[in-house]
Amino acid sequence: MDMTGEYRIPAPREAVWKALNDPDVLKQCIPGCEELEKKSDTEFAAKVTAKVGPVKAKFGGNVKMSDLDPPNGYTISGEGSGGAAGFAKGGAKVALKDDGGATVLSYTVNATVGGKLAQIGSRLIDSTAKKMANDFFGKFAEIVGGDGAAAAPDAPAAPSAEAPPTAGPTAALEAGRPAASTPEPVVKKGLPVTVWVGGVIVALGILMWLFA
Amino acid sequence: MTATGIGASVKRVEDFRFLTGRGRYTDDIERPNQTYAWILRSPHAHALITSIDTKKAAAAPGVVAVFTGADLEAAGVGGLPCGWQVHSKDGAPMAEPPHPPLAQGKVRHVGDQVAVVVAETREQARDAAELIDVGYEALPPVLDMESALAGKSLVHDGAARNLCYDWHIGDKDAADAAFAKAAHVTAIDIVNNRLIPNAMEPRAAIGDYDTATGEYTLYTTSQNPHVIRLLMGAFVLHIPEHKLRVVAPDVGGGFGSKIYHYAEEAIVTWAAGKLRRPVKWTAERSESFVSDCHGRDHVTRAELAMDKDGRFLGLKVSTKANMGAYLSTFAPCVPTYLYATLLAGVYTTPQIYCQVQAIFTNTVPVDAYRGAGRPEATYLLERLVDRAARETGLDQVDIRRRNFIPNDAFPYQTPVALQYDSGDYGATLDQAMGAALVDGFAKRKAEAGKRGKRRGLGYSTYIEACGIAPSAVVGSLGARAGLFESAEVRVHPTGSVTVFTGSHSHGQGHETTFAQLVSGALGIPMENVDIVHGDTGKIAYGMGTYGSRSLAVGGEAIMRALGRITDKAKKIAAHILEASESDIELKDGQFRVAGTDRALGFAEVALAAYVPHKFPHETLEPGLDETAFYDPANFTFPGGCHICEVEIDPETGEVEVVAFTAVDDVGRVINPMIVEGQVHGGVVQGIGQALLESCIYDEDGQLLTGSCMDYTMPRAANVPNFSVGTHTTLCRHNSLGVKGCGEVGAIGSPPAVINAIVDALWDVGVRDISMPATSQKVWQAIQSARAPMAAE
Repeated sequence: MDMTGEYRIPAPREAVWKALNDPDVLKQCIPGCEELEKKSDTEFAAKVTAKVGPVKAKFGGNVKMSDLDPPNGYTISGEGSGGAAGFAKGGAKVALKDDGGATVLSYTVNATVGGKLAQIGSRLIDSTAKKMANDFFGKFAEIVGGDGAAAAPDAPAAPSAEAPPTAGPTAALEAGRPAASTPEPVVKKGLPVTVWVGGVIVALGILMWLFA
Repeated sequence: MTATGIGASVKRVEDFRFLTGRGRYTDDIERPNQTYAWILRSPHAHALITSIDTKKAAAAPGVVAVFTGADLEAAGVGGLPCGWQVHSKDGAPMAEPPHPPLAQGKVRHVGDQVAVVVAETREQARDAAELIDVGYEALPPVLDMESALAGKSLVHDGAARNLCYDWHIGDKDAADAAFAKAAHVTAIDIVNNRLIPNAMEPRAAIGDYDTATGEYTLYTTSQNPHVIRLLMGAFVLHIPEHKLRVVAPDVGGGFGSKIYHYAEEAIVTWAAGKLRRPVKWTAERSESFVSDCHGRDHVTRAELAMDKDGRFLGLKVSTKANMGAYLSTFAPCVPTYLYATLLAGVYTTPQIYCQVQAIFTNTVPVDAYRGAGRPEATYLLERLVDRAARETGLDQVDIRRRNFIPNDAFPYQTPVALQYDSGDYGATLDQAMGAALVDGFAKRKAEAGKRGKRRGLGYSTYIEACGIAPSAVVGSLGARAGLFESAEVRVHPTGSVTVFTGSHSHGQGHETTFAQLVSGALGIPMENVDIVHGDTGKIAYGMGTYGSRSLAVGGEAIMRALGRITDKAKKIAAHILEASESDIELKDGQFRVAGTDRALGFAEVALAAYVPHKFPHETLEPGLDETAFYDPANFTFPGGCHICEVEIDPETGEVEVVAFTAVDDVGRVINPMIVEGQVHGGVVQGIGQALLESCIYDEDGQLLTGSCMDYTMPRAANVPNFSVGTHTTLCRHNSLGVKGCGEVGAIGSPPAVINAIVDALWDVGVRDISMPATSQKVWQAIQSARAPMAAE
């Protein structure tokens, strides 16, 4: 499936960066997230228990970043298998930009799932992914923006109507292979590594929900 | 005809237990100290297995053992055998790649077996399977047959271009010559959609091992337990037959999908011996979708040559048949000897040439499904004839009548190997047209038009070959088994009878129909007759139930054994009655000296056979128990005419089957009610294929129609009340004159439905519609047809 979306986080970019770099925050935002571990500047490992429809499984996955283009965006990709539930792989292009005192995050997700996830959940994936993205940003905005703040989906997550319904509803994103490439520290180029890391985790979260 | 003999609509005796929850299915069986197996299946369509770590799973609560392909290989477990070898047109044998019960190094379809966990409970086995860490290196899958033939990725290293065989039948030069003199040639491209069987009872298997006797028992959901014993014992587990018993108890539907020897049967049997404990496996529904063999999946180009009067001169067919990832038990014969041999249909086409390429893909294996090859042939031919009529301006009925094999032509030798023994196609068509009220169709169509609906009428005049099969013939064509059937009729001392048949019943009603044969032949009440099937420990031998063979082959074996029983009983009666054997007649359960009032009841003769005080010991042995093996002289050839009437809402594309008429020639009818039921079920499956069912894989080889939410089975609301009748001509080579009725509904109906849709939409400009004709597809076809008109 393919899905695009854009969220306006009612917080200055500095605050967003900080939150995005805070594993505790991210763990709170990702439903079912049990572990979130930074392996390197471009690599994270996560464990998420997720249930979609009739399929429930624990997914552990590695995610890597590539196409680093600070401060405009990057691509994250991940791959993992959820045991008997199947596997998931995919990627997301994520961009952050200032918007007055707020931050706009936009993403394009492409994901495929396999095994029981695809077999049982293909018809549920689009709506599930949309809901999960909204849940994540809602929680994220609540934490980052403080009381009364809420993430505003500028453009509601829009699953592509033409995308083949390949993705299943269960959390599948999981254990991909550790990414080997480690780009130069992006801090020097302008965008702090924390932003990268945070963005990746947001995207990872989206992916995980897609798969979940 | 007696109240319970041949021709009586006796209510099915087995239904009481089924309807009251007293059926005993494989999963109902609990063995002492039983364990449960869970199969870990591949989520990938095509991948190398780089590693399997089972340590965590083995240490999980309740786990007894975890096995992988390496364990089976180390134990010398063989691959699943294929029961039919087809040769390519160059004489080379088909590619026959190994089919390990658990994958060895590579997985080839989503659902391929990777490992098995055996635990104290099913839930523990399932939970532990989550802990198995399998490393996969994904390979590009091949899914459609064209790209498979391009060979960019190979399902099996030993099958170049993913080709299993390239086979042909008929005289190509003669067919070309026929086309050269044709006044008109009609060509059509046909896809026969892949189907997922969905028997009501999922597959299940229990392996058991007796440490005292060294005997294995397999309880399994099979249509043919003796065949499973032969294949699994001899080729996979190397267990001699006297140490292997296979029991197929009540089985909730098969439709072909339970003919084959499946990996799970071998896995639980082997594991039971290894662990010295019973091992049970029961499929979940979603597991059935990716592990039961699928059906159909042909892509075909066909051309029909006609003279100026619409008489068929020649037929050329080129078919690609999807085998899936492995060769299932009977897969190779389905698109060849059960398909191309039926391409004459009911017509006198003098020259037929057919080429079939069987192709491996990264999909679930494909094998016989209700009709097996014959629905594919019928669909192709009846769609082609329909199109030929429209192109030449002939009437749908007229073009068929012009080409029917006439009644005086039987036995009729077709150009594609078969010899039909009997049929009456013109009269069958007449009867169906009468029942379908064809005369009033124009009026109904006009009335529907006023309501904004489009109404169409579609025909299918079909033939099939069943009563499978003469062993010598199929042996010469590559079958690795005989296709006879056995029966034992055991008369007990007080006159009740047990029949042991090798023909398994899983919905067909054998316990009723076969008991009717006995009741009719011996003149005893049906309540005194039991039919036993499905247990190699009880029945001498059997080839099982498929290809509408039960009555024509299994029933005939029973008749032969019954003949031996009555012959012997007459001798005993003659001795006791001090009469000549030739004067003894059996009527209404009495052995009577003809023309006298001296008689013995059936039970008295039975008792005399077991208490042989007054008995012709010098010429007869005691007892009354006879066995017969019957090998048929030919196939049988049921046929018929199906007429479908549809109404289409052009605004939504929704197709409603408003009437469906089936007049079938199934030979002599033993139980009309059961025949009707079989036709009803078959027609529903045919309508399901025509309108609703389609197995869809995505480009990665993931099964998208993997549950009953996404794979549309027909429901009661999708079908009308059927008008069902029979027009009988007797089979000429079995004593009952029966032909078989199990598959006619599924074979004859799909083209009738689609021809009706094309008929309804022809004036709109729609020229073709493929199965399944979903409302979306029909709506789009209408829109596409209207678009150019709108532009004009």
